[in-house]
Amino acid sequence: MTLASADTGTLGMAAMSPGTPLLTVRDLALSRGGRRLFSGLGFVLAPGTLLLLRGPNGAGKSSLLLTLAGILRPDAGALDWGGEPPALHLLAHAAGAKARLTLEENLAFWRKVNGPTGLTPAEALRIVGLGGLDRLDAGYLSAGQTRRLALARLLVTDRKLWLLDEPTAALDAEGDAIAAALIAARLGSGGAVIAATHHDLPGATATLTLGDSQ
Amino acid sequence: MTLDRAAPKQNWFSRLAHPGAFMAWSGPLLWPLGIVTALAFAAGLWFAFFNSPPDYQMGDTVRIMYIHVPNAWLSQAVYGVMFLASLGTLVWRHPLADVTAKAAAPLGATFTALALYSGSLWGRPTWGTFWEWDGRMTSTLVLFFIYLGIIALWRAFDDQLRAARIVAVVTLVGALDIPIIKFSVDWWNTLHQPDSILTPEGPKMPASILTPLLIMLLAFTLLFALLEIVAMRTEILSRRADSLSRQAAARSA
Amino acid sequence: MNGLLAIVGRDIRLALRGGADALTLVLFFVMAGAIVPFAIGPDRILLQKLAPGLVWIAAFLAMLLGLDRLFRADEDDGTLLLFRHAAIPLEAVVGGKMLAHWLLTALPVLAASPLLALLLSMDMAGWTRTALSLLLGTPALAAFGTVGAAVTVSLRRGGLLAPVLVLPLSIPVLIFGAGAAAAAQGGTAATLFLAAISLVSVAFCPFAAALALRVGSE
Repeated sequence: MTLASADTGTLGMAAMSPGTPLLTVRDLALSRGGRRLFSGLGFVLAPGTLLLLRGPNGAGKSSLLLTLAGILRPDAGALDWGGEPPALHLLAHAAGAKARLTLEENLAFWRKVNGPTGLTPAEALRIVGLGGLDRLDAGYLSAGQTRRLALARLLVTDRKLWLLDEPTAALDAEGDAIAAALIAARLGSGGAVIAATHHDLPGATATLTLGDSQ
Repeated sequence: MTLDRAAPKQNWFSRLAHPGAFMAWSGPLLWPLGIVTALAFAAGLWFAFFNSPPDYQMGDTVRIMYIHVPNAWLSQAVYGVMFLASLGTLVWRHPLADVTAKAAAPLGATFTALALYSGSLWGRPTWGTFWEWDGRMTSTLVLFFIYLGIIALWRAFDDQLRAARIVAVVTLVGALDIPIIKFSVDWWNTLHQPDSILTPEGPKMPASILTPLLIMLLAFTLLFALLEIVAMRTEILSRRADSLSRQAAARSA
Repeated sequence: MNGLLAIVGRDIRLALRGGADALTLVLFFVMAGAIVPFAIGPDRILLQKLAPGLVWIAAFLAMLLGLDRLFRADEDDGTLLLFRHAAIPLEAVVGGKMLAHWLLTALPVLAASPLLALLLSMDMAGWTRTALSLLLGTPALAAFGTVGAAVTVSLRRGGLLAPVLVLPLSIPVLIFGAGAAAAAQGGTAATLFLAAISLVSVAFCPFAAALALRVGSE
């Protein structure tokens, strides 16, 4: 099938921090539904980097995150993890929380599935500001609270790389601050975060803008 | 969806199998292939009707065999084509493999339906009934259901790339399962019908019957090849048209 | 292994809290068998002859009916996406879901089978054979069903398609299952074939289903 060959991806080069990079992306190209989202995309992700993905709706931010997570297969290009791809956390639009399970059960489930290398569910809930609601069914939470629960999932298993899709969607000011603090903590302990967002996140070290002119 | 990229310079097979190249070489092939198919049918039908003896038991109804057996052969051969195409889709992710599998499914279903239909027409004078739960007819019926399921799955997806890979998984599972189905149906059949049923295509077959049968087998196989190529070309063109509409929509937006 | 058990435990917990799903399935199973006398008449001899096959058909349909819920909820709330990064492979996730599906559909059906046996005037020996054949054959039905559910999970209206795909593939299970249950002749062979099909399909189908989930989300 023929494709629009015009390259719509505008590439901002991410910061080249010192130290061995966590991830080197070279010449990445991806199409969805017959439309080329980006091509020739490349960046280097070093530990401690917060890379922001910017761009209008449909520019391919979420698709890029899914590609990095190994769920979508790129048309071309290479992801170089410098060895085995590390375990990573993906925060997608849907929270992956079960309405009929309590907050504690939801987190305990992911802790068992992903490995109990992080905080306990109770601690994680306290940090995201849902402390004391352990026994509440997740179905009773508001959209913002569900987002906080999704953030808490990142804490119960310790993973170096976080891929966040609109991490602050539906969050209030206090929630924004919590998300920023969590990201800062992740960066501080040698991890890296890639976040697709429409809002500025404090502490961003690099920005990649996709498909700005359409 | 990279059907129109320049042909990669690899071995002869991947050059020929590239969709653009396929469109180029298959086009001029259609007329000659059609003529050869028509000639084979003419020769086969002439033999079948005028130059082969009636069966001493079944009389002239034996001539149904010349239609029935080729269809029964194709009902299984087409699944074999789909199986190979599914491997091409999953292992090599070849766009032409997707198209091959998609074009073959309705053809396989049609040949299977014709095999069942001609089989039951033949069964009426031979066994005295249109339908007999005979081992072969039963497994052919199950195969027909599998074809219909696969066609329904193709049609259920909007995204044909995703459909191709999902259908390929089902086709592979089906290919592994069909021998088990065949075995279980035979087992069930011998359990419930110990008396042996007359098997029309018996082992010793005089040349006067074998010759028209082989010609008809060839003719039907050529017909499948012809229809498959036409269906593949249609599918490639329809995907191009689809892609062009999408581009037009994207430009006007 | 821990992760797999966590998935099984969570699915069972959800089904118990979700309330009526397992119960509805059992109801369907019993009703599908119980309507037969209305169609063919309350002839005890005839019913007794048909009973093993009828119980098998009812169980077969009940197992197919429950397919849509296998992956649907996890797909809708994003859990399936997150399973892609679990510490256990996707095949094990699918295996856990398959085991939970079997526990939540086949076991209730098995538990309700004495009731149906009673209604269809089966004797004790007949019910024992049927229950044993269900126990041996339903894992294969769950395994084939898992593939069907994985294949149709990305379709909004996959609810009817999965049974249509799975049904012809499962015919050997029905043949050997009903054969083992009837056991007039060839019962032992049928029982062994049934066990073999269950073993092979339980071993193979999680890989096929995981493959379908992977390639389907690409």
